[in-house]
Amino acid sequence: MTAILAILEQRDGALRKGAPELLAAARQLADAAGATVDAIVFGAADMAGLDGLGAAGADRVLTATHADFAQYCPDGIVATVAALAGGYRAILTAATATGKDLAPRIAARIGAPCGMDVTGLALQGDAIRVTRPVYAGKAIQTVDLAGTAVIAVRPGAIAATAAGKAGAMSAVEVPAFTRRLTVREVRAPEQATVDVAEARVVVAGGRGLGDPKHFALLEELAAVFGGDAAVGASRAVVDAGWIGHGHQVGQTGKTVAPELYFAIGVSGAIQHLAGMRTAKTIVAINRDKDAPIFKVADYGIVGDLFEVMPALTEAVKKARG
Amino acid sequence: MKIAVCIRRVPDTTAKITIAGGGTAIDPAGVKFVINPYDEFAVEAAIALKEAAGAGETVTIALGDDSVQETIRTTLAMGIDRAVHLQGTGSADGLATARVLADHLRGGGYDLILFGKLAVDDYGQQVGPMVAELLELPCATAITALEVADGSATVEREIEGGTEVATCPLPAVLTCDKGLNTPRLPGLKGIMAAKKKPLEVVPVEAAAGQATIVSLALPPERPAGRIVGEGAAAVPALIEALTSEAKVL
Ligand SMILES: Cc1cc2nc3c(=O)[nH]c(=O)nc-3n(C[C@H](O)[C@H](O)[C@H](O)COP(=O)(O)OP(=O)(O)OC[C@H]3O[C@@H](n4cnc5c(N)ncnc54)[C@H](O)[C@@H]3O)c2cc1C
Ligand SMILES: Nc1ncnc2c1ncn2[C@@H]1O[C@H](COP(=O)(O)O)[C@@H](O)[C@H]1O
Repeated sequence: MTAILAILEQRDGALRKGAPELLAAARQLADAAGATVDAIVFGAADMAGLDGLGAAGADRVLTATHADFAQYCPDGIVATVAALAGGYRAILTAATATGKDLAPRIAARIGAPCGMDVTGLALQGDAIRVTRPVYAGKAIQTVDLAGTAVIAVRPGAIAATAAGKAGAMSAVEVPAFTRRLTVREVRAPEQATVDVAEARVVVAGGRGLGDPKHFALLEELAAVFGGDAAVGASRAVVDAGWIGHGHQVGQTGKTVAPELYFAIGVSGAIQHLAGMRTAKTIVAINRDKDAPIFKVADYGIVGDLFEVMPALTEAVKKARG
Repeated sequence: MKIAVCIRRVPDTTAKITIAGGGTAIDPAGVKFVINPYDEFAVEAAIALKEAAGAGETVTIALGDDSVQETIRTTLAMGIDRAVHLQGTGSADGLATARVLADHLRGGGYDLILFGKLAVDDYGQQVGPMVAELLELPCATAITALEVADGSATVEREIEGGTEVATCPLPAVLTCDKGLNTPRLPGLKGIMAAKKKPLEVVPVEAAAGQATIVSLALPPERPAGRIVGEGAAAVPALIEALTSEAKVL
């Protein structure tokens, strides 16, 4: 078992953006084990953007082509990976909606242990030792996974690196499989926006906004960051119907780890913190100086958001030139 | 429609976590235990589907020690017909748990087997799809919408930047996310009725599995942040900090 397999996600013929991070995680294990990294991509036809994968850490890039792979096809991917699995010490996916759907299926098919939402990984004798948040981020678990391990790595946890590997392309065979689940379509959100889980900057609002129309204040700040920013929300305002559930951050919403997180009129309930406490930099604006959000915020402004937000948006605009 | 719902007993999400068990588990003292919140969506879906069909049977299945019977009764009070308590200790390995559940479910004649998307204690996010693989059944995870008609299920699930719409024939395994429905609260009548509903106890043996918890620790505290000031007047100081300290602008 001398190689690490990284399953890269692709949609509509284009790689999803987490590929370099996942390859960095694979590289970390491979370099410790004296092993190589194979990236694998599943698609219906030739895929674009694979030539950069060597630079990001792939020794080889495997392509698996099948008509059913025009849409996400877990049954076909599981069958293909299971046929290859014997040669791998670890099989990695990103801990995205798709990666988390895939990892346990693969693990069960090949009889391997599965570590989800992993934020750190290393070799430990014959096992792979992973760390992962549990209890809504209130505790960190360290687990040894014996044998071939299937690991879903949390986006944002391990930074991409430049590795300068060959990235030689090679096609792999897709074995016969039964397609039990058929993805019919992927519906785009009403407005084409960045997903909170993928954004570099998240501007999140809570009940302090007072009215759904005041989300405009957050959208204006997000707009300053161009296509890099998304609007997030607390559960209180999602449940009130002010904004769609896709924006909810927290234990029953999305887990985000952006570089910059703004919590605007959000109190910072433990379930909200569960979804954003690993953000690199947290900024809180709240008129209550005792709001729990200030305990996790790197920078806070105590004040009325209606007064602070317009000034903040203007100032960020200026600072970014 | 014969529907199974697999549920887990977990600490209430607001519980304060303290570490015990030789540094590998939480201290259960003073912690309130509840049904896993995501499993409530599964319970609600099962009851609503049976109601809509006007016939069928709903069954709760839970692996755990005897304390799980209290949690099982909650589901019976919500309206589930009967329950099976797989009596044994769970494993840190989701696959070991999945094997016990699959062994019991196999041959049970279920049209649907429902799970929560994740258990809020171990955040495993794996038992449902693993059971599906072991039983060679179609599976959709983290669904936020479900329609069942003519022997097939149509589901929606949130993915990054969109909503995936998928279909599969029954029998199938589904894991439920928030947004699927609003779980009903057990009423007094339901609570009384639950006491008389059948609860079968089946002793089981879960293997140790290939995942071993080495340690459980409290997360590192975020370094203390600071209040840069009050009101709009504090904006320049914030911008300065974001530009030169955090370097994120
Ligand atoms: C099982 C479970 C799961 C949950 N999951 C989630 C989850 O995933 N995500 C989540 O967010 N919550 C979740 N919650 C809910 C959570 O407990 C809180 O109720 C929720 O996060 C509160 O939302 P909020 O901060 O918007 O509202 P509030 O707590 O009401 O806070 C509003 C804040 O705005 C401030 N404010 C008011 N007016 C202004 C103003 N003009 N200017 C500046 N500040 C102002 C107030 O000081 C206050 O701090 C969950 C709860 C449970 C029980
Ligand atoms: N001990 C158990 N007994 C029955 N069902 C379980 C058990 N553990 C987990 N499950 C089910 O599997 C789902 C996912 O759990 P997990 O993979 O641990 O996050 C839960 O929401 C339950 O539906």
